[in-house]
Amino acid sequence: MNERELARAHGAVRGHAEAHGEAHVVPTSTYLKVGLVLAVITAVEFGVVYVPALKPVLIPLLLILSGAKFALVAGFFMHLKFDRWVLAGFFAAGLILALGTYLGLGAIFAHRGG
Amino acid sequence: MAVLEQPRQVGLLRRPTSLTGFWSWVTTVDHKRIGILYFWTSFFFLLVGGIEALIMRLQLARPDLELVTGDRFNELVTMHGTTMIFLAIMPLSSAFFNYMLPLLIGARDVAFPRLNALSYWLYLFGGILLNVSWLFGGAPNAGWFGYAPLTSSVYNLGRGIDFWIQGLQLLGVSSLISAINFIVTIFNMRAPGMSLMRMPVFVWNQLATSFLLLFSLPAVTVALIMLMFDRYFGANFFNAAKGGDAILWQHLFWVFGHPEVYIIILPAMGIVSEVLPTFSRKPLFGYSAVVFSTALIAFLAFGVWSHHMFAVGQGPVVNTVFALTTMTIAIPTGVKIFNWLATLWGGSIRFTTALLYSLGFLSMFTIGGLSGVMHSAAASNLQQHDTYFVVAHFHYVLIGGALFGLFAGIYYWFPKMFGRMLDERLGKWGFWVMLIGFNVTFFPFHFLGLLGMPRRIYTYPAELGLARWNLVSTIGAFILSVGILIFLVNLGKSLRYGEKAGADPWDGRTLEWSIPSPPPVYNFRRIPYVHARDPHWARKYPHLAHAEEPPPPTTAGGSEAEHGIHLPSPSYMPFLLALAITVGAFGGVFRNVPLVALGVVGTIVSVYLWSVEGEGGIVVEPEGDA
Amino acid sequence: MAEHHGSGAHALQGSARGPGAAHALAVGHPQGAGHHAHSEVGVTGVDNRKLGMWLFLASECMFFGAFIVAYIAYQGKSLSGPTPEELLNIPLTSLSTFVLLMSSLAMVLAVQAAQQDRQADARKWLLATALLGLGFLGFQAYEYTHFIHAGLTLSVNLFGTTFYTLTGLHGLHVTIGVGWLLALFLRSLKVGLGRAQALSLELAGLYWHFVDVVWIVIFTLVYLMSVLG
Repeated sequence: MNERELARAHGAVRGHAEAHGEAHVVPTSTYLKVGLVLAVITAVEFGVVYVPALKPVLIPLLLILSGAKFALVAGFFMHLKFDRWVLAGFFAAGLILALGTYLGLGAIFAHRGG
Repeated sequence: MAVLEQPRQVGLLRRPTSLTGFWSWVTTVDHKRIGILYFWTSFFFLLVGGIEALIMRLQLARPDLELVTGDRFNELVTMHGTTMIFLAIMPLSSAFFNYMLPLLIGARDVAFPRLNALSYWLYLFGGILLNVSWLFGGAPNAGWFGYAPLTSSVYNLGRGIDFWIQGLQLLGVSSLISAINFIVTIFNMRAPGMSLMRMPVFVWNQLATSFLLLFSLPAVTVALIMLMFDRYFGANFFNAAKGGDAILWQHLFWVFGHPEVYIIILPAMGIVSEVLPTFSRKPLFGYSAVVFSTALIAFLAFGVWSHHMFAVGQGPVVNTVFALTTMTIAIPTGVKIFNWLATLWGGSIRFTTALLYSLGFLSMFTIGGLSGVMHSAAASNLQQHDTYFVVAHFHYVLIGGALFGLFAGIYYWFPKMFGRMLDERLGKWGFWVMLIGFNVTFFPFHFLGLLGMPRRIYTYPAELGLARWNLVSTIGAFILSVGILIFLVNLGKSLRYGEKAGADPWDGRTLEWSIPSPPPVYNFRRIPYVHARDPHWARKYPHLAHAEEPPPPTTAGGSEAEHGIHLPSPSYMPFLLALAITVGAFGGVFRNVPLVALGVVGTIVSVYLWSVEGEGGIVVEPEGDA
Repeated sequence: MAEHHGSGAHALQGSARGPGAAHALAVGHPQGAGHHAHSEVGVTGVDNRKLGMWLFLASECMFFGAFIVAYIAYQGKSLSGPTPEELLNIPLTSLSTFVLLMSSLAMVLAVQAAQQDRQADARKWLLATALLGLGFLGFQAYEYTHFIHAGLTLSVNLFGTTFYTLTGLHGLHVTIGVGWLLALFLRSLKVGLGRAQALSLELAGLYWHFVDVVWIVIFTLVYLMSVLG
């Protein structure tokens, strides 16, 4: 049995956090860039709702823009892009289940009403 | 055992230090003690729910009886369902989750010991809150699923529904915290060598149950918040006068309510998956198939909720889709049943009480499952909906399934938890009396349902021809009670005079049987290395086991034994935090603003003190030799 | 079964420590406070608390999803006014959305600074995050006051019911987040805000960013799409 397994045997390794989660160093400039993009997308969203010509495609357009913001915050600020897959897996499970359940629920509910 | 080191004092309260006596139980963070607290509390509530059921059966024994009023009967129906589901069956499963999980995966405790204690206290206080409603102007009376608008302040004037809302929210928080705790424990704290596919099937079922809780509880939490807003602040979620729609409640409730069904049954399936191999002296047949079926059941559980609403009028498309998804669940469930049967096949079977209850589970659950498949056909469901046929179905699943499985667990793990064997003779008497009483009580419900007897009516006229089977059922309920009484006698007797159980009374397969009964506070003197499924069996009988690697020369995993073993310190904070939250909930029931404010302030202060005191830790020296 | 070591817990506060104290598993943090100097990294390679936080956030998706679906399902079903088109102020809310997004940026910079042990920076960005969060709550308070003035209450129609519960519960989450951040800030004056506290800060950060992404969804579905009527 190697050292790592021995250490795991404690049920918990007690060491400094930097040895693990923070292995991947994200430069400050990346965070600033993401922040800038978020601000720009918000400005674009604000703009497009006032353009009458875009009305027919407004729903998909807004969904794509807000989806991009969601992904940027979750991926960079919440570190999902760099962290262990298991965290993204948990979150994706909750997100997909919520989307599936509530899209279904909304559809059934509307179908009955209409 | 000597305590080598006590925690430093941080925060306002001195850290509790006693390891025996009353306060040691209030402040405990030991998963085994919390498991035992869950065990006794849930058993108490099982008896409370049982007494409520007996009163209902007496009322229904003959036509036109007036033992209790219709109003009282509504309260009994609601409290019987709520108690049995949230206060008896789920926490009895939780007792085994708590006690067994670290033992089964070779850990010293769960990931968050203090949160574990918080879960228990919230459960206890939630149960008390629900039940004191009897003393404060009436219990909840809208059925366990509390359909709108029966719960609205227009049609339901008393405080019962407010007790129900606040009590269920406490229980929900308790279960959510448990679920997170168990998932983290399972993912992060397995002993070296224990890969996911070497985990005991009980742990797999616990994992699936925890994910179901994690993702389904929020739906009912939201539904209860909406109901609270409607009742307290005049919101319109379920208020038809302002365009609100009662069906929204049904959807949200069943988005939780259907996964809840599997939350109740999966733990029992897990227990049976451990008991059958042990007493057949064979590995579980088709381990991977059982594991994947468990995962599939958990996943499909989220896609079937509308089958509780076939009679609502959702149209043929929706009903067909949900009928199909519901029927799909029968496939993984059937896979599991055949795997359990195949586990028995050709084994050298010992007919212990635990095995008898497992066989009871197999047969009774299958009956309940078959009537469940009947319900899934939307067209025939319209005939059965809201009749005693449905009541028959879910009692076969809940008693014949879940409760029999849990009783198998009690007989199987009692020696590990309390160090003494339960009496097998009394145990077998109890089993047969329970099995007969159960079937005499609930099989007639099928007939009553097909004769058209609706659920939740408090009496019926003689001309309807329902009297005979109702009387039979009431007699059965008392036979079932005798079976429970025999078990209680066995429990009392065996706790005192039971034969001492050694470490491994059943010639067991999993890690808990490799340590003393009851286990020391630190569980494993040395953390084991897991080289195979059923590691304890593989170590005892290397020639019988299909290990993928040779057993390591010693059981040693950790080296801390020489330095003492690190354990979390006891803490007042879980109890105090649960108390503060409960005070707030109580204030909520009585709409008493100062009391709510007290609860909120108490909660904030407790959370702060909790985080400041930290997990702490004591170091204990294990007794005896390795 | 167990005997207390020495004269009990007090004896251990000073230098009187048990024989196990020298070992890595010894108790009592150097800072004497609950900010964990250690982490508990398990089989997955992730700290227990971080794993637990992500599970909680995953569960919160189901929580907010239910309120969002209720808002959408009841859209246009109100039997009387006021309507969303009459009230919702998109320019103002775009501004408050921007404030909340920038608070997330400040948060991530605070966590980064703490991980690199730049304590003063960490404190500065942490305070900035909390203040931006308070700014967002200010916008919301202004909005609610205005709406109530315009006749939109919780009980007046379905729009009032679903709007106030959805945005109100989000606001409650922001409020709890601000309280958490301020508590961490006050605590940091005593125990510092460096590498040893980075995980505690990161956990608060995850919660904070999540509250932010929920707002991204609410902003789009409730506010921006209201122009479609």
